[in-house]
Amino acid sequence: MSISATTWEPVVGLEIHVQLKTRTKMFCRCANGFGGGDNTQTCPVCLGFPGALPVPNRVALEWTLKLGLALGCTIADRAVFARKNYFYPDLPKGYQISQYDLPSCKEGKMILPFADGDREVAIVRAHLEEDAAKTTHVGGRSGRIGGAEHSLVDFNRGGTPLVEIVTGPDLHSSEDARRFLQLLRQTIVELGISDAEMEKGTLRVDANVSVRPDGSEELRTRCELKNMNSFRFVAQGIDAEVARQVALYESGGTVVQETYDFDAASGSLTARRSKEEADDYRYFPEPDLVPVEPPAELVERLRSELPELPAARIRRLESELDLDRATVLVTGGLDRLYEATVAAGADRRAASNLIANRLAGTTGEGIDAGELAKLVDARERIPRAALDEALGRLDEPGFSADPYLEQEAVTDTSELEPIVARIIEANPGQAAAYRGGKEGVLGFFVGQVMKETGGTANPRVVNELVRERLADSP
Amino acid sequence: MLDLIDGGSGTSGGGTSGIDTLRLGAEEAMHLLERGEVSPAELHAAYRTAIAQRDPELHCYLRTVDFEQDCTGIPVALKDVISTKGIETTAGSRLLEGYVPVFDSTVAARVKAAGLSVLGKTNTDEFAMGSSTENSAYGPSRNPWDPERVPGGSGGGTAAAVSAGLAPWGLGSDTGGSIKQPSALCGNVGLRPTYGTVSRYGIVAFASSLDQVGPVARNVRDCALLLSLIAGRDERDSTTVELPEPVRLPDAEDLKGLRIGVPKEMNEAAGIEPGVTAAVARAIELARELGAEVDECELPRSVEYGLACYYLIAPAEASSNLARYDGVRYGERADGERYAEMVERSRDAGFGDEPKRRIMLGTYALSAGYFEAFYGQAQKVRTVIAREHAAAFERFDVLVSPTSPTVAFRLGERAANPLAMYLSDLLTIPSCMAGLPGLNIPCGLSEGLPVGLQLIGPQFAENTLFRTGHALERALGFDPVPERLR
Repeated sequence: MSISATTWEPVVGLEIHVQLKTRTKMFCRCANGFGGGDNTQTCPVCLGFPGALPVPNRVALEWTLKLGLALGCTIADRAVFARKNYFYPDLPKGYQISQYDLPSCKEGKMILPFADGDREVAIVRAHLEEDAAKTTHVGGRSGRIGGAEHSLVDFNRGGTPLVEIVTGPDLHSSEDARRFLQLLRQTIVELGISDAEMEKGTLRVDANVSVRPDGSEELRTRCELKNMNSFRFVAQGIDAEVARQVALYESGGTVVQETYDFDAASGSLTARRSKEEADDYRYFPEPDLVPVEPPAELVERLRSELPELPAARIRRLESELDLDRATVLVTGGLDRLYEATVAAGADRRAASNLIANRLAGTTGEGIDAGELAKLVDARERIPRAALDEALGRLDEPGFSADPYLEQEAVTDTSELEPIVARIIEANPGQAAAYRGGKEGVLGFFVGQVMKETGGTANPRVVNELVRERLADSP
Repeated sequence: MLDLIDGGSGTSGGGTSGIDTLRLGAEEAMHLLERGEVSPAELHAAYRTAIAQRDPELHCYLRTVDFEQDCTGIPVALKDVISTKGIETTAGSRLLEGYVPVFDSTVAARVKAAGLSVLGKTNTDEFAMGSSTENSAYGPSRNPWDPERVPGGSGGGTAAAVSAGLAPWGLGSDTGGSIKQPSALCGNVGLRPTYGTVSRYGIVAFASSLDQVGPVARNVRDCALLLSLIAGRDERDSTTVELPEPVRLPDAEDLKGLRIGVPKEMNEAAGIEPGVTAAVARAIELARELGAEVDECELPRSVEYGLACYYLIAPAEASSNLARYDGVRYGERADGERYAEMVERSRDAGFGDEPKRRIMLGTYALSAGYFEAFYGQAQKVRTVIAREHAAAFERFDVLVSPTSPTVAFRLGERAANPLAMYLSDLLTIPSCMAGLPGLNIPCGLSEGLPVGLQLIGPQFAENTLFRTGHALERALGFDPVPERLR
């Protein structure tokens, strides 16, 4: 029996589709975006009527260049739209117009800051295309046209500008992929070109996954994962696929190139029937359009307008915070608020804690950093309830922290001690557990005391009292 | 399909104001309107009367259109690949039977904006694929000079209508000769403009990099006038440009200073009928007498490879352009158990043999592993053809040749032999491949049938072609009215 245990390195490349939030569609003047009943945002061009011709959206072209520049790409002097030919009911012309061998942006890279240094992810290309319509298959296997009783098509989405970004096989774990996507998403959002929300389908991710023995540089057969509509599912899908491939190799099998759909409910992968895959798209240059030749002045203007990008900001903040905290703030879009709050006099660590823990999930918009700085400063002195209320109203116009700062948390130990004693006595099991080494139980007692006092106690004082009391009496 | 309505427009067949539609040119008709001698409605009615009389035999029209009260100008016939809002547009295909566009093509909108009244939609080979109109799903049109013969194609309906006095003028579309060749066979004037000067928006597409709309008329001045109404940049068609200079109505009586090149290969190609060669030679001699300098030149590769490359590029683009006809959104839909079956049956039932043939050729030419050898190579040769023409235009202002190697052929004569049919466009295709303008004018008769002279110019040289065509037309004195209708 062999005891040589090969360790396997995952090799992952991503294909990301981003719907641009331009006012109008890619090749016609129909409104772009949700809203309106089915098939109301349509015209002869996006319905593929005889004789209708595409006219490219100038803003979509500029935004593609902007994104390409943010990803460090070379901007092509001459990009060409091609036709990708295949039959499907979501494709009214029988072809999709897409940049192909001459994309607008290529050969870029994105820096992923990691604790042990930067990791570089190659951006092979970023190109512009039009989105297909939305199909709903009724009956039969879910989401498939084969076996469906009938299919419904809503052409409102058809013709939405779509940028496809292709990375090199430079990601080596599901965590790498998640970090990359977070950073890419934040970059896109900050450029103002898309809301990039996976749940809404404005950001879509396919992953190409293979594995290789650690230390090897080979690229083995890869499989494509589709249908993962959150970052978490992308990570789950990659993990599942890596495990599947490793198990295959270790049992002496080989990986066959296939496309898998990720099923969120079961967390499992299902192979697509190969028949659903078209194999020859018969690409050729779209004769209804002229090549895209952006003037050098335009490219330079777009380059000069680029903001400081998330990856760079993480590296900058990392020097004063740790990498994870910096990443959370930047990818949460809260780092600018953090910096302004610090500039207004708040303590760095306290400000970063408060913002990361209490304001995550908000946009941070409309918040007066000066008022926030006051709250950071008073966070322990004022009652918890007052702090909670103040944080909840922080983004209201004209918000002032002053009324909250006037309140004082109860720090009088003589007032708090009886409560602490009563609660410890009432929970002998927890007390025993703490004394047995389960320090986490401390939080339980502190929470109970805070609850008992209606959030008016000073948590730091309560913390000390609980700790003392538990240490004292056996 | 044919919807011939007489009456309703207030005039009964026969004597409308004594208008002889066989002899009336567009410019003259406009003068009649200006002088108040006839109203737009009367003019429209006169042509409808003529249609009622002669179209049952010639079948130029797929449908006629009633006079619209706000029209202030003269009538116009539109090839049925030109989308007209509210008027069925079939492109000669069964697949689009009953399809009524919800929008006007840019050229339809422009002629309407100029006050013209649409007389009707004219017959065409299915999806403009053919050289005789025999590929129309609605039956062939016939040549007004001899109804046993074809009017040419694909725009045979428009050309025959203009020659038979069933329209003062009309619009066609030209991919490899669909304006020039029918004009040659019917004995009138047809222009294929420089690629990009007339909008393709709303034109049922055949081969996008070659399709171009152009005017067909009784004489060169009318042809120029109609071009001026439709040409110029259209923001709905990205491939259009503004004309570098406005269209001028020609009035030249001589050709002093004009340098005419006679490409050897295009005038001596195998298959050119002796009668055609003789008529063209007389026209060239006349040009010399009018003061032009005439010299021989060569376009060896254009003629040798033009046709072959055309039959790679045009079907390739067509295979993609025709993919939208799946029966899902418009047109005829066949039943099927599955989506693929529905699409296959709809396409099988809707397309005739010629579109099917070209879809197969084109699909093959674009397929992985064949693209470089076929489509890719053909595009390279296309560049060579363009360069060869550009070199010739360093020495010459205009190149001349027969438009069609033969006069009108008999119905059925080439229908069973696609390759023989394809050779009808041997001489028109090279300049189409180079995106250049070409004008056909009638230059005489052979066996009692019209012979067409092809004038080719460099990009945007329409005014030069009109000047040349006009001077020659005056000197030739060709009577465009078919002998049997005089």
